[in-house]
Formats: sequence, structure tokens, C-alpha cells
Amino acid sequence: MLRFLVRRVLLVLPVLFGLLVLTFILVRIVPNDPSAALAGQNATPQQITEIRAKYGFDRPLIIQFFVYLKQVAQGDFGTSIQSGRPVVTDIGQRLPATLELTFAALGLGVFLGVPLGTLAAVRHNRMLDHVVRFFTVGGIAIASFWLAIMLQLLFAMQLDVLPLRGRLSAIMDAPPTITGLYLFDSLVTGRFDIFWNALHHITLPAITLSFGSLATITRFTRSGVLETLQKEYVQYETAVGYPRWLLVSVYVLRNSVVATVTQIGLLFGALLAGSIVVEAIYDWPGIGSYAVLAIFTSDYKAILAMTLLVGVIYAAVNILVDVIHGVIDPRVAEQM
Amino acid sequence: MLLFRRFLRDISAVIGLVIVLATIVVAIFAPWLAPKPLDAHESHPVERLQGPSREAPFGTDNLGRDVFSRVILGSRAALSVALLVVSGSLLIGVPLGLLGGYGSGWTSETIMRVTDVFLAVPQLILALAMAQLLGPSLKNAMLALTLTYWPFFTRIVYAETRRLKTSVFVEALQGLNASSFRIMFAHILPNAAPPIIVRATIGMGFTILTAAVLGFLGMGATPPDPEWGLAVAESRQYLPEAWWFATFPGLAIFLVVFGFNLLGDGLRDVIDPRLRRSR
Repeated sequence: MLRFLVRRVLLVLPVLFGLLVLTFILVRIVPNDPSAALAGQNATPQQITEIRAKYGFDRPLIIQFFVYLKQVAQGDFGTSIQSGRPVVTDIGQRLPATLELTFAALGLGVFLGVPLGTLAAVRHNRMLDHVVRFFTVGGIAIASFWLAIMLQLLFAMQLDVLPLRGRLSAIMDAPPTITGLYLFDSLVTGRFDIFWNALHHITLPAITLSFGSLATITRFTRSGVLETLQKEYVQYETAVGYPRWLLVSVYVLRNSVVATVTQIGLLFGALLAGSIVVEAIYDWPGIGSYAVLAIFTSDYKAILAMTLLVGVIYAAVNILVDVIHGVIDPRVAEQM
Repeated sequence: MLLFRRFLRDISAVIGLVIVLATIVVAIFAPWLAPKPLDAHESHPVERLQGPSREAPFGTDNLGRDVFSRVILGSRAALSVALLVVSGSLLIGVPLGLLGGYGSGWTSETIMRVTDVFLAVPQLILALAMAQLLGPSLKNAMLALTLTYWPFFTRIVYAETRRLKTSVFVEALQGLNASSFRIMFAHILPNAAPPIIVRATIGMGFTILTAAVLGFLGMGATPPDPEWGLAVAESRQYLPEAWWFATFPGLAIFLVVFGFNLLGDGLRDVIDPRLRRSR
């Protein structure tokens, strides 16, 4: 298992290095002059030249790349143009909010999607199955920004039962920081008023973000369970007289979710991408809304750091998924 | 013929086909179908933000333009962007996949590692970064989408080519001294076509969705162009009163993407039995 982990990490490193090269090329070769962007619209040619010298843009590209590499290795991603603070500080402060939202969305996806997919498989080709199928194909066809606005329109503006935006009401203070996840921190410190408020705020963004993954999880669970249901041991156990629900929920499900677990790793990337739009619409103070701000202000250092960070998170999650694979299916673990 | 009949038995695939064909017809004849085709660029401030009526079934927007007409006209942008991006990605991705799969050593390794790098970050994030750096415009958005979508085709074609490379007919061709170019493009490619076609169909829907996100974030079409994502973005400050302004362009996105997904699913069942969804 340990050897497997080491090998997986070593295999990811060249890819991440490639990502570093790609982002560097993007920023430096693209027609937009970064010095001009930094100097602002009203800068004189002389000011631009000064900035070019200050940031080293006048040096050969290959030297610039090594300087960049050294900075990244030291965890220095430069200063954000929009906030005037180190990009790493900004991202570190905002990451928990995104993680909380992503976990909530993934949780919704798994806890609704797995039972729903199982039900659809058990009620194969009946009404429920067709409804679920329509819903799973439709779920990935909805534009998340539109769904977000529709939910806001209905639940926040018309019915006024859920807040429109933000992570907590303005009058609420953030709970004492333990993990940075408000729901967890407030629960642990016994601040149930904060917990309740945070739960209200996370509901709409989490539902919006989970929609696509819910559809995918449901779909893969359904086909996995359908396949397992045709196995001989299931027929045998049915003949022996196992209760159907016990058979399905314990024995069949465990043998069916391997494909679903793999999908969850891939979904995490989709969730991170989706959080950009969802956070921007709900004013969720995470790295997604930070990315949108960075894009609007041409804050290229923040954009670079974000792209790299997402690459790292995505790779880490997919390695984790492989490990979970081994836990669910011992046959996979033996090959590790 | 047999395949076609099998396809017709799949109701949801047929629904998908109908939606896609209808969208294509609407896009081609948009200027004649839209009741007020000039509303693409003309504004009528007097009639701004009026609710749905017989005159304007989807209401009017903040500049008094007919939302129904603009939704119809928007189908052109959506379809042409998707078509250009998907064909561009095919043009880059398919040859690279063939080369990567059929070749060996450095060429293959380099191609596949570069592909990995592009797949290491979700497409939307990479496309957003590229579109931003290139400067916001519809042309650059399409370029960014193409430059980030080709790896998906490379991966599929690579896997298929690897599988076919060791098959008997390829070995026979090698024995006959056929050129690698000929084997790749005249013999392997047609055999690898089914999964490529399925992916391209679903990719059309997916690209419409991603392009709409770019438009929504101001990285794609620029006002006053009638683009669905942009329209939803423009509607935000007039909510909740002008609900129709946000609702209908989004519904249009949903319907078209839904159609392509159903069609792609159906095609997968018919032409690629190995990937058949269990039913």
C-alpha cells in the first residue's frame, strides 16, 4: 500500500511540473503585456518600462521561468493585485469556505444519489426508473449559474425562507476557528445559533453545486447495482431467502459502488470548477469567488496560483480515491 | 438500417434527435423565425421590462428587446460556438491520439504527458484562465475552449488505437508494407470512430454549457449580442421583478444541452455496444 502511494505521488509530480510550465507560458507568451496590465490603463510608456524592470519581465524567458520556479518552491506566489496581500494568504483564508461548500455538495450527492440509484436499479424499467433517468440526464444539462439564480428567485426572493447570499448573517460573528468549516466549528463549540444560521446559508449553494454530481452518482450507482443484481450469488442468496432489502443494501451495494467511487474522484474536479460560478452568485467567500475577482481585475498571479492549487487538490483527491478503492475492494488492495 | 431501426426504438434517443434537429432548423432560419429579428441590436426603451404577453411571449428585457426573439437568435451563437469548438478539438485531438497510440517511444510519451497536463485541471478553470489572458471576446473564448477540450479526444483515440494496434488486420497491413500514415488514418481511424462520435455529440452539449458559463462571466460574447449566458448575466440586476428575463434564456440552454445528451446516450447504445448502458 505504501509503495503504491509513493508511486502514485511520484507519477503526479511531472504532471504538476508540466502544469507549472503551461501556466507560465500562458502568462508570458500571450499577447497581453503583464507589465501594461499591472501599470493600469493610464500608465505612461516610461512607467510600464519601470514595472517591467521591477518584476524582471525584461529578462530572458528561461531565466524568468527559473525565478518563478524558485518562488513557487518557496511557496511564494507573489502579491495579489486586488487585495495587496500575498496570494497565498488570500487563498489560505478562503480555502475552508470552499472546502465546506464542496463537502456539503458531495455529501448531498452521495447520500441522495446512492439510494436513488439503487432504487432505480431495483425498480428497473418501472416508472421510478424512468423518472430517475430523466432526472439524471437533465441534471447535467442545467447551467449551474441559471439554477443558482432560479433557486434564489424562488426561495430567497419570492418565498423568503432562505438567505440570498453570504456564509453567515451580517450580525453573526464567525465561530472560533478550529477547522475553518463553520458548520463543524460551531457545532463543536456548542454555538447552535451560529450552526443554524450557517446551515441556512449553505443550503442553496450546496444544492446548486451538488446537482450535477448527484446526477452522475445516481447514474453510476444504478448501472453498478443493475450489473451486480445479475450475478449468480445474488440469485443464490435470493433463493436461500435473504430479505431483499438486506441483500441489496448490504451485499449488492458494496459490490456495486466501485465505479461510483472512481466517479467521485473525477466529480471533485467538476465541483471545484462549479464552485467558481456558484460562489460568485451566492457571494460565498471561497476561492471560487476569489478566482472570479481575479479574472475581472486581471490579477494574473492569483489566477496562476489558483490553477496550480486546483491541480494539486484534484491530484490528491484522485490518489485518495484509489486508496478508498483498496479499502472497499480487497482484491484491488492486493494489487497495490 | 438495422442500426437505425434499433435507434428508433429508443424513445429518449429519438426525443434527443428531435430536439437537436429542431435546434439546427431554428438556428438556420432564426432571422425569419424570430418575430422581431432586429431586436438583436435594436432597443426600445419605452417597452422595457414588460412581462410575457401575446405580443412578446417571453417578455421584454432591460432595453425593451423581445426576449423570445433574442432566445431564437441566440441559438445561432450557441450552435456555431459548439460546432467550431468540437471540430477544432477533433482536428487537434484525433491526430495526436492516433500518433500517441500508434507511435512509440518519445513521440508517444511526449504527446500523452502533455495531454495529462491539460487534464490535470478541470476544463472550465483552464479555459477561464486562458480566455482571461487572451482578452475577453467570443473569438478568444472559442479558442480557449478548443485549446482545453482536445485532450478528451486524444485520450479516447489513444485508448482505441492502442487496442487496435495489436489486432490481426493491422498486423496484416504492416506485413503488406502499408505506410503508418495509411494504417492510422485509413484503417484504424474508421474503427475508432464510434466512441469519437459519441463523445463529440455529448461534447456539443457540454461545450454549449461551458460557453454559456464563459458568457455569463463576461468572458465570451459581448453586449449587445444575443447570447444565452450573457442574457442571464444581464438579467440579474432586474430580479426578482423581471423573472422572465432570466428564466427563458436558461431554459433554452437546458433544452438544447438535454437534447444533445439524450442523443449521445442513444448513439452510444446503438453504435458502441461495448459501452452500452445496462438497461
